[in-house]
Amino acid sequence: MNVNQHTPMASPYGQPQPSFGQPGYAPLDGSYPAPYAPYNGPASAYQPGAPPQGYSPFTSFPSKALAANPVSDLPSPLDLGPVRGPPTSGPPPVSAPQQYNQYSQSQGSMQNGPPPPTQAPPRPAVSQPYNQGAMNLSGPHPSYPQHYGPPSTMQQVTNQMTGMQITSGPPTAAGPGYAPPHSSQPPVSTGYSAAPQASYTQAPPPVSSAPTQPPPPSGPAAPQQYYSGPPPSSQQPFNSSLPPTSQQQQQFTSSVPPHPPPQQTLPPSSYSGPVPTQSQPPVPPVSQAQQSFPTPQPPFSSAPPPVSQSSFATGPPPSAPGSFPPQGPPPSSQPGSFPPPGPPLTSAPSCQYPGPMPPQQQPPPSQPSPYHSGHHPPRPQMPPTSMAQSNHLPPGPQGPAGPPGPLQQPPSQPGMQTGYPPQQNGAFGQVRGPQPGYSGPYPGQPNYGAPAPAPPAQKRLDPDAIPSPQASDMPAVQKPRHRIDPDAIPSPIQVIEDDKAKTTEPFTTGVRGQAPPLVTTNFQVQDQGNASPRFIRCTAYNMPCTADMAKQSQVPLAAVIKPLATLPPDEAPPLVVDHGESGPIRCNRCKAYMCPYMQFIEGGRRFQCGFCSCVTEVPPHYFQHLDHTGKRVDCYDRPELSLGSYEFLATVDYCKNNKLPPPPAFIFLIDVSYNAVKSGMVNIVCQELKTLLDCLPRENPEVESAVRVGFVTYNKVLHFYNVKSSLAQPQMMVVSDVSDMFVPLLDGFLVNVNESRQVIESLLDQIPEMFADTRETETVFGPVIQAGLEALKAADCAGKLFVFHTSLPIAEAPGKLKNREDKKLIGTDKEKSLFQPQVGFYSSLAKECVAQGCCVDLFLFPNQYVDVATLAVVPVSTGGSVYKYTYFQAQSDQERFLNDLRRDVQKLVGFDAVMRVRTSTGIRATDFFGSFYMSNTTDVELAGLDCDKAITVEFKHDDKLSEETGALMQCAVLYTSCSGQRRLRVHNMAVNCCSQLADLYRNCETDTIINYFSKYAFRGVLSNPTKAVRETLVNQCAQILACYRKNCASPSSAGQLILPECMKLLPVYLNCVLKSDVLLPGADVSLDDRAYLRQLISCMDVAESHVFFYPRLLPVMKLESGSLPVAVRDSEERLSKGGVYLLETGLHLFLWVGASVQQELLLNIFGTPSFSQIDSNVTSLPVLDNPISQALRELIYSFRAQRSRYMKLMVVKQEDRAELIFRHFLVEDKSASGGASYVDFLCHMHKEIRQLLS
Amino acid sequence: MTTFPEYIAQNEERDGVRFSWNVWPSSRLEATRMVVPVAALFTPLKERTDLPPIQYEPVLCSRATCRAVLNPLCQVDYRAKLWACNFCYQRNQFPPSYAGISEVNQPAELLPLFSTIEYVVQRGPQMPLVFLYVVDTCMEDEDLQALKESLQMSLSLLPPTALVGLITFGRMVQVHELGCEGISKSYVFRGTKDLNAKQLQEMLGLTKPSAAQGRGGIPHCEFSCRFLQPVQKIDMNLTDLLGELQRDPWPVTQGKRPLRSLGVAMSIAVGLLECTFPNTGARIMTFIGGPATQGPGMVVGDELKTPIRSWHDIEKDNTKFMKKATKHYESLANRASSNGHIIDIYACALDQTGLLEMKCCTNYTGGYMVMADSFNTSLFKQTFQRVFTKDVQGSFKMAFAATLEIKTSREIKVSGAIGPCVSLNAKGPCVSENEIGTGGTCQWKVCGLDPSTTLALYFEVVNQHNAPIPQGGRGAIQFVTQYQHSSGQRRIRVTTTARNWADAQTQIQSIAASFDQEAAAILMARLAVYRAETEEGPDVLRWLDRQLIRLFMFHLRRSPFLQVFNNSPDESSYYRHHFNRQDLTQALIMIQPVLYAYSFNGPPEPVLLDSSSILPDRILLMDTFFQILIYHGETVAQWRKAGYQDMPEYENFKHLLQAPVDDAQELLHTRFPMPRYIDTEHGGSQARFLLSKVNPSQTHNNMYTWGQESGAPILTDDVSLQVFMDHLKKLAVSSAA
Repeated sequence: MNVNQHTPMASPYGQPQPSFGQPGYAPLDGSYPAPYAPYNGPASAYQPGAPPQGYSPFTSFPSKALAANPVSDLPSPLDLGPVRGPPTSGPPPVSAPQQYNQYSQSQGSMQNGPPPPTQAPPRPAVSQPYNQGAMNLSGPHPSYPQHYGPPSTMQQVTNQMTGMQITSGPPTAAGPGYAPPHSSQPPVSTGYSAAPQASYTQAPPPVSSAPTQPPPPSGPAAPQQYYSGPPPSSQQPFNSSLPPTSQQQQQFTSSVPPHPPPQQTLPPSSYSGPVPTQSQPPVPPVSQAQQSFPTPQPPFSSAPPPVSQSSFATGPPPSAPGSFPPQGPPPSSQPGSFPPPGPPLTSAPSCQYPGPMPPQQQPPPSQPSPYHSGHHPPRPQMPPTSMAQSNHLPPGPQGPAGPPGPLQQPPSQPGMQTGYPPQQNGAFGQVRGPQPGYSGPYPGQPNYGAPAPAPPAQKRLDPDAIPSPQASDMPAVQKPRHRIDPDAIPSPIQVIEDDKAKTTEPFTTGVRGQAPPLVTTNFQVQDQGNASPRFIRCTAYNMPCTADMAKQSQVPLAAVIKPLATLPPDEAPPLVVDHGESGPIRCNRCKAYMCPYMQFIEGGRRFQCGFCSCVTEVPPHYFQHLDHTGKRVDCYDRPELSLGSYEFLATVDYCKNNKLPPPPAFIFLIDVSYNAVKSGMVNIVCQELKTLLDCLPRENPEVESAVRVGFVTYNKVLHFYNVKSSLAQPQMMVVSDVSDMFVPLLDGFLVNVNESRQVIESLLDQIPEMFADTRETETVFGPVIQAGLEALKAADCAGKLFVFHTSLPIAEAPGKLKNREDKKLIGTDKEKSLFQPQVGFYSSLAKECVAQGCCVDLFLFPNQYVDVATLAVVPVSTGGSVYKYTYFQAQSDQERFLNDLRRDVQKLVGFDAVMRVRTSTGIRATDFFGSFYMSNTTDVELAGLDCDKAITVEFKHDDKLSEETGALMQCAVLYTSCSGQRRLRVHNMAVNCCSQLADLYRNCETDTIINYFSKYAFRGVLSNPTKAVRETLVNQCAQILACYRKNCASPSSAGQLILPECMKLLPVYLNCVLKSDVLLPGADVSLDDRAYLRQLISCMDVAESHVFFYPRLLPVMKLESGSLPVAVRDSEERLSKGGVYLLETGLHLFLWVGASVQQELLLNIFGTPSFSQIDSNVTSLPVLDNPISQALRELIYSFRAQRSRYMKLMVVKQEDRAELIFRHFLVEDKSASGGASYVDFLCHMHKEIRQLLS
Repeated sequence: MTTFPEYIAQNEERDGVRFSWNVWPSSRLEATRMVVPVAALFTPLKERTDLPPIQYEPVLCSRATCRAVLNPLCQVDYRAKLWACNFCYQRNQFPPSYAGISEVNQPAELLPLFSTIEYVVQRGPQMPLVFLYVVDTCMEDEDLQALKESLQMSLSLLPPTALVGLITFGRMVQVHELGCEGISKSYVFRGTKDLNAKQLQEMLGLTKPSAAQGRGGIPHCEFSCRFLQPVQKIDMNLTDLLGELQRDPWPVTQGKRPLRSLGVAMSIAVGLLECTFPNTGARIMTFIGGPATQGPGMVVGDELKTPIRSWHDIEKDNTKFMKKATKHYESLANRASSNGHIIDIYACALDQTGLLEMKCCTNYTGGYMVMADSFNTSLFKQTFQRVFTKDVQGSFKMAFAATLEIKTSREIKVSGAIGPCVSLNAKGPCVSENEIGTGGTCQWKVCGLDPSTTLALYFEVVNQHNAPIPQGGRGAIQFVTQYQHSSGQRRIRVTTTARNWADAQTQIQSIAASFDQEAAAILMARLAVYRAETEEGPDVLRWLDRQLIRLFMFHLRRSPFLQVFNNSPDESSYYRHHFNRQDLTQALIMIQPVLYAYSFNGPPEPVLLDSSSILPDRILLMDTFFQILIYHGETVAQWRKAGYQDMPEYENFKHLLQAPVDDAQELLHTRFPMPRYIDTEHGGSQARFLLSKVNPSQTHNNMYTWGQESGAPILTDDVSLQVFMDHLKKLAVSSAA
């Protein structure tokens, strides 16, 4: 078991660790010995403090456990309750608790590393608390004791767990109102703290156990009790329901103690192991321990099972049961041998309980916590282990994790929990520890890892208490954590990593209703009749059968379609099918195209439409016999009968004016006003075009592109260029009548690049010269687009305009704009008007563009307000893109601009497209989001459609669906390829239908839902105040979750926050949406930026929107070429001062450098050993010949390659001013603009849900 | 005492003036009874090789309402250094520079010899000449090529300092920026939208000047330099530019006319000069290959199935575009003329090009109107070349931005003018209330002048019957023409004439003897044409018939100036345009073509313009001003066909054939515009030009009654001179009352 667990866990842990600075630990591994030594020392010295860090691993486990708990239950019950409780508690206890938390987490690890005292300094307050808490349980304890006092008894704890939680429920209520919790929590926390401490102390013994084993026995009991005690206390802290959970966790922790006992028993072995390890194995064990972390995790997972007991029942239970004993071992093993058991457990849990996964994530944090624990350990040393455990417990309290745990645990807790709790506690402790990344500092901590054993137990606990046990435990134990432990709440990183781990096989699309791997996972797709998730992703792969269900659940039914998505090289592009002169075979009634859902009947002479059931004759030339299963014999020879995505060659019937279209044209329109010239833009564009024109899109690389090009420059007037090949020099034609734009020439404007190369080059050479001395500052914009449009009209072809524009078009002309940026309107009911176009001119212009198939890509180089909201109307309506380079300076922004331009010019694009989504009877596509124009309610018209554009389609019921047939959708896109061929791309998608809400919730994809929500909300700001939009989002999210809680989750206390497994990240992601600049702008966010982002989102696919809202944050201290480090959560707490992190959002790329990064690393990355000498203005890293530099540059390169827009690298030094910008993307933290932190929001969401439920 | 004919000829020679009456009836009543008004044909720039320009400025009468120029008719008190104005009798002090004046030391302007004198204004900057080419690109490549060559050639004829500009048009209008390095630039305007000067100014980026306005003429050069550049500077550039001119690239679908934005192109040309060189001599030379088919000024739609308006349509009022187009061009003409700019139109197309609508552009501004079938004809090429003819001093025989002012004695006032001019609306004591032609003013703007430009000026005797003029009194008229010489100088030419008054009751013979039949005929014809232009056709004929003018009127009635039958509206406009500006001799030819006969019977002789003159053994040379026609009689034609002229023994026949050709060449070389040269023979299709002109004394109706073989019958129902005369006599008698 453990082993298995280990593996799974290991991975997670491994990841977490690295992220958390565990990496540091890793290095520390070596140091582990030391830690152990400490341990050994623990007895001797607190150095163990470091050990606690060692624990951190465990803690991490615990955290996992915690997470697991929450998640694991179908609903990963987020113990928001607990969580919140914690937070609340946090506040009240705040000073102390928070500090603890912080310390525990950040400092915990860190400080732990540096033994309490030294570390303490760094984070004085925190450290102190910690120290106190950890060191002197007394400090915190004092207060806690009181709390504990109440909880003190194990029973109480359990009771509390069960009851308490409930009771806490009420408190939770308070909890919801975070404030209340605080207040309540404080007391609780105190009580808890006291108790926990006590318990810890007790527990510690067990944990530290090894040493204090003796105490263990008593400890066990006592610990448990204590734990129980703590739990209660923790619960109290949670006052709110959350507390309970935490309490539960604590209880678990307490339960841990029980384990401890077992552990102790086992511990003896393990401990002995550990101890021995300490002494003998110590080092090894430690190292192992770290390694074992994984194992520990397993234990967690395993633990979860036990914990989950109830929920996880099977898997967990066994493990749990076994685990107990095993746990014991695991713990011990964690240090050393146990790893194996751990793995199994983890694996099991992880598999079973995604929840467990979260815990895993948490683990990292937990690791930190370990530190705490570590700290504790030190103390524990005396009572050592127990202390450690207790410490862990405290971590538990950190509870966030705890909360989840608690919930789950509570149920099962009674028996099992106790044993596990300790582990959990440990986990929690770790949780805290991890953050600090102290792990690094305290290699020794790893040793604590040994304590990890405890974590395993937690894991078990987790299983049991899947949801909140940890939290509860944690809280209970660690009163200090009045706050929810961030590690205890669902972690995106964990989910992502779990999905990666889970996805080993290529994804086959043949199975209806199967959710594909997450967008963050690399996987291969085999088209077996449904479109690849690269083309279509749905919010729900089980659609409710009835409108009522859909309404009840409030889960949006939507699909994100990216019709021309680029496929990886190992996947074949859609095959082209030619049905001959009569065109594609279609259903007579609904006009659906031939697809695998068509049922051939009557021996193949007819087919029945899967969408509308109409029967259509098979044309003779298409006839084929059926085999005995009713399939056509040629089924697998024909893409349209066997694949989800393919293309038809369209006939003239599908063309404008019944005439095959000529090849499209690209027209470059370049602003040559003063600003444009001065910023260097004109020069850059002209230079680049000379080479770029050889890379125009083509379908066959052998043939030269059929795309013709034309050039226009403009300021107040437009200059067209005649670049006919027969001319010796280009001719400029100035059109100054901008009020009534027209194209002055026909022949010679649009030319073939190769034929006119000389003239074009001459032109591009001369343009910068000609306007070098320009004094013209005014520009026009409307006429520019009109000009391009007219040119395409005159040439009677579709095409794309590349407009390079710098300023607000204030010159007298149609589409003239005035500066209307008014910060005073922000937050008022009039704010929406700022998102609306200033004049109606562009909307009607866009309509004309669409009619002609004229797509507009806009490159903006503003130095001030340019009214993106208005200028973007045409690009957005024509399927174009907007790029914005504020304060463009050739030197620093050239690279980004040129890469964007190159990509934009070269990328595959279709023109004059019409998209229609057909669905089976019962549902209907009712709403569309994206960059396009709609003249009626069904046809999505796209003047241009490129490979990066996604369209989100919302479906609504207009009848019942049947479970048998499922729901079918067919997205057909008619477009003109870049070679001028008219084609139809068809994507088919079938999803299941369900009559049980549980099925719906089991097959959702949160990333897609967020994609939909964001687009919905960002469109909403056009017509509603942003505040109302935010509220709507929160409400809908709450309803979704409440519906789940009410209808799908196993009964549990109202104080628990139970989240569906598939949606456990919904709150965190939604919070990111709510905090986005569009919905909640900071003071420094310009209206243009908001409008820009708003339109960007509108055509993002799921992968882009995911990373946009939840940026990827990678620690890059230990980079290895070819492998990707595990990301860390977007929170400042996760950043280690000694670390270097890379953060990408799809638009931005930051390299954050901690203030105390080792010189060697700096030298490797920047070529300078001094932090202060790092030039934060560089946009690229120096090319250095060392593995780190190479790997980092490769990493950056690969990031850039993944995104449709080039990300300029910004180097951010810690405590530099630029860090403010960087922090903005740490989306789990409170934002400067007032956005809630993840934890706070989760509590808020919990409150909302509770309100809905009551 | 010379005879009147001699007197008239002398006056014409010296002053370029011919009066209908050379002795004026002294009262209004008598004058009106004369039917033909006191009027004059005045050629302001009458070539006077013997007239050296005087390098100082004229001395003016100090009375504000008079401002007449000191002239030989003034009484001078040499001692008091005073002179009395002969128009208002104001006594004026000579300016200080005339201090040395005495009876033996008279300034030129006081010598009778210098009744016409030319002053050179020394003030002000030397104005450059401006030539703005407006070129249609909607034409066959062959035509365009010929046109391009002509234009390139013309550059070499321009003085190096002259400014040139180029506007081309087709579906769009392009204003070319000259003198660009590398990329050639042009400003393009849509052909369907008219722009006012201000808009144009903004769009061409010519608005900044206002700041520099204070510096006089120089700033103009600055702003305009992009579009109007000295020939010497952009000679090569422009030659290349012209060479690269392409046929309008916009596709013309079958059954359509190319879209030609002539109206806007001219509008832009006018606008461009308006905002760069107001009141400076400038020529807008428009070359068009077809009618305007879009935008303001369009005269026909682009559907080929809809033909351009004919006289028939006009009479039926079935012309969709004519009124609007006419209005458009009229406003352009007014703008151009008020700025002193000339608009020339060279229309070369087989079909009509809308000259009817555009005629005011040339008529108001003194521009040339040339009509030919193609730019690839010698008619166009040589005509165009002749525009740049130079005089002995090497100056162009053209003058710019002229103002003609008339001063009259108190007894006579000016009623109006007919010719290539516009009113300047200058009211004054010598303006008659009775308007004839362009009246109500004593000043006219004549933007373009050449030595043959002739205006008809009509006067009214306002002296009352009961206020007799003392015996021997003379009425005086002074013509003051200020103009910009092609050298850039501002010049003033002053012509002062005087005629005796006579009491019609007592001196009727003297008055009758002073009648200048030719002048009167032309003056009346101009009046008739003027009325024909502005009034309904039949009314004009009726009015004319009531005026008793002999012979000429018969041909005038038949001339294309009044008859629209068999002429397109464009042709009518073309003919009338030239009739209204040519001098007396040419005008006479236009009314009554000259017919010469060549035969073995003697030297060439003028013969009657009558069908009876058409004989088989004659070669006829007819000069109608617009056409030079050589007609070989039936026999001659047969001989020629037989090739006798190539046989040495028939060299005399060869000479006979060559004689009219030589004469024709001589005519061709001196005339502007170049006439259409026609060589035809008996029965040839082009012989119709001859047959339509001769008096149809023999027709299918009466050829046998005459019983002679001479002459050729004309198949027409038109009345012959004989019939006309008979009728006229009858009318004269019957309506004598």
